[in-house]
Amino acid sequence: MLPEKLRSVSVDLNNDASLLIDIPDALCERDKVKFTVHTKTTLSSFQKPEFSVPRQHEDFIWLHDTLVETEDYAGLIIPPAPPKPDFESPREKMHKLGEGEATMTKEEYTKMKQELEAEYLAVFKKTVQVHEVFLQRLSSHPVLSKDRNFQIFLEYDQDLSVRRKNAKEMFGGFFKNMVKSADEVLIAGVKEVDDFFEQEKTFLLDYFSKIKEATAKAEKMTRSHKNIADDYIRLSATLNSLSAEESTNYYIIKFCLKLFQNFLRVCLKKVEGRVASDEELKLTELLRYYMRDIQAAKDLLYRRARALADYENSNKALDKARLKGKDVSQAEEHQKRCLQKFDTLSESGKKELTNFKARRVVAFRKNLVEMAELEVKHAKNNMTLLQGCIELLSGN
Amino acid sequence: MFVHLSAFYSYRSLPFCRFFLQIEEEEGGDSFDIHISVSDPEKVGDGMNAYMAYKVTTKTSVALFRQRDFSVKRRFSDFLGLHSKLASKYLHIGYIVPPAPEKSIVGMTKVKVGKEDQSSNEFVERRRSALERYLMRTVKHPILLKDPDVLQFLESSELPRAVNTQALSSAGILRMVNKAAEAVNKMTIKMNESDAWFEEKQQHFENLDAQLRKLHASVECLVCHRKELSVNTAQFAKSAAMLGNSEDHTALSRALSQLAEVEEKIDQLHQDQANADFYLFSELLGDYVRLISAVKGVFDQRMKTWQKWQDSQMLLQKKREAEAKLQFTNKPDKLQQTKDEIKELEGRVQQGERDFEQISKTIRKEVSRFEKDRVKDFKMSIVKYLESLVQTQQQLIKYWEAFLPEAKAIS
Repeated sequence: MLPEKLRSVSVDLNNDASLLIDIPDALCERDKVKFTVHTKTTLSSFQKPEFSVPRQHEDFIWLHDTLVETEDYAGLIIPPAPPKPDFESPREKMHKLGEGEATMTKEEYTKMKQELEAEYLAVFKKTVQVHEVFLQRLSSHPVLSKDRNFQIFLEYDQDLSVRRKNAKEMFGGFFKNMVKSADEVLIAGVKEVDDFFEQEKTFLLDYFSKIKEATAKAEKMTRSHKNIADDYIRLSATLNSLSAEESTNYYIIKFCLKLFQNFLRVCLKKVEGRVASDEELKLTELLRYYMRDIQAAKDLLYRRARALADYENSNKALDKARLKGKDVSQAEEHQKRCLQKFDTLSESGKKELTNFKARRVVAFRKNLVEMAELEVKHAKNNMTLLQGCIELLSGN
Repeated sequence: MFVHLSAFYSYRSLPFCRFFLQIEEEEGGDSFDIHISVSDPEKVGDGMNAYMAYKVTTKTSVALFRQRDFSVKRRFSDFLGLHSKLASKYLHIGYIVPPAPEKSIVGMTKVKVGKEDQSSNEFVERRRSALERYLMRTVKHPILLKDPDVLQFLESSELPRAVNTQALSSAGILRMVNKAAEAVNKMTIKMNESDAWFEEKQQHFENLDAQLRKLHASVECLVCHRKELSVNTAQFAKSAAMLGNSEDHTALSRALSQLAEVEEKIDQLHQDQANADFYLFSELLGDYVRLISAVKGVFDQRMKTWQKWQDSQMLLQKKREAEAKLQFTNKPDKLQQTKDEIKELEGRVQQGERDFEQISKTIRKEVSRFEKDRVKDFKMSIVKYLESLVQTQQQLIKYWEAFLPEAKAIS
């Protein structure tokens, strides 16, 4: 079971005991990650009250895509798909480690290897968290939790890859691509009658570009922090070799260096490293997640805009039909359906967007508070260690 | 304890003073009280002939000086000139003469051309600090402190311009020193080191050199990354501010703006820390890498001295053989000449042996003084560096604790 504090990005999930989902375990084989999806349920729609299945990342994507393509869910914000597990950074490091093995001392090598393993673990935890949150968003949604494909995803104890291939052939990802390229233009171009949606549209479009920028900058910042943590590792390894060289005549400097080197290794490296990953989890992941979530909200607006365009077109078609006196009832039916679709979308859309805002504010608050508390805690720890060091050194 | 010598107008040349100064040295040279600062860099002149003039201020109670608190204006080539004079006087007899800071064509050209930007300001500051450390190290040396060139450098309002600073650059001196090393490698007889101490110490300094270079490179990397972090933090702060503006929930918007402000302040912290990384840690290591080159040079000078002694001995041997041969010929003039030459060579051999013993003795003392100073220097710098880190942490605590209520206020 992963510690509670890692499930930080979204709040109020997994509270409903009728359907509890978590990912207690995951295996990493080369680049493929196999998640163990564990479900506990009191719902009769499931065959068993508790069960686990192995799932790959591609299965999550399949589930997400089928939900997006489902007409009935057009008025809902579909939780963003979890990003692909990215082991690029630790893999690059491992490569560098392999190349530099000849030039490093045994101690340096062991230390770097430990750090590499820690980073691998951090990436691993992150990807598990993100996949878990995706499922929990679904299970806590009143409509989506009842989706048939969701149930299959949770329950089906065979390999899903056959279904995945079929789905791809059916939809070919065509709809998704269309959404991506056209949304901004269409959403912006719609003449809005509803004040609520007008405001939401302006807000979401602007907010999306700002949060995208902030996410990118936060990523750069945490990467710099990681670089510094790595520098401290290298420094401590070199200081170790240096202190070994100092002759025993000068016990003072040997003691000094050993102390300094221990300090660098224990506190700064661990703490800087931890600051880098806590900051990343809280801030960067938060921003990244909500950037994707806002994209999902934008998709909703897009679908509504499409429905409005369809409705307007159907009006025009009806007028034309009435003029010509041909197929009027057909056109009336079509227009009625379009209006109905648009109204349903608007109604559920309003609810979704309001909930979304509340959810976003709560999540930001939680993460910002936790981040500030962690920063204070780490700085205090650092200070205690540093001051201890200074006392020891000055006393000598 | 100090006899005030200012009454003797040319006291520096009096033998009495040399004796006095020798006592001082044996009583432990740490009881010196002198502090030098290099400040107020000022651009003099225009275009490619322009140069930077630095104010060199000395505050001291050492009786050698005419005053207790005085300053002069010096330019970079003056420092190089001082170093070259000291090196030529003391290196070959085994004294570790601190190397002067490196020349930098790129850095100086920018300053000359009049680019008043951050990088040329940083360059001038870096050079100013390096010159200060150079002078402090020079006067900390009990022998060098008393050298008339040093006294003149610190005191004279006018200093004759050092010419041909191309040859006088530190690199030039090191080249000269390296030539000695080459000569050592080409030695006709490989020195049979009867004194294990020298072999051990030489190895120690070789290892130290390698380690310090590695450490220096690592710290330079750290400085670079910390500067990057500062830039990235500043950029993030801006983007957070913009996000805060865009946010329509009032309390969250305020919190995001506050976050932006905190990050801006932290950016400044990173910049300050990068400076500490650089001046307390990186420059210290750079100085010691250069100092150890000077130490290695001194060992090589000892070898050269030994070689000179051996050469004289070999020459003497040849002359003695020649003398023996001449005994059986009827060339009284030539015989006398050879006898005279032998006498001269005997004197040279004796001097060679004395020189070798003297330089060995001097080097032992110098190395011991050098290592003692190095320990003090490192320890002091490490403590100062740790203190800079403590300060950063204190500020971080302050900033984040101030932010916390803002974050909690989001409802």
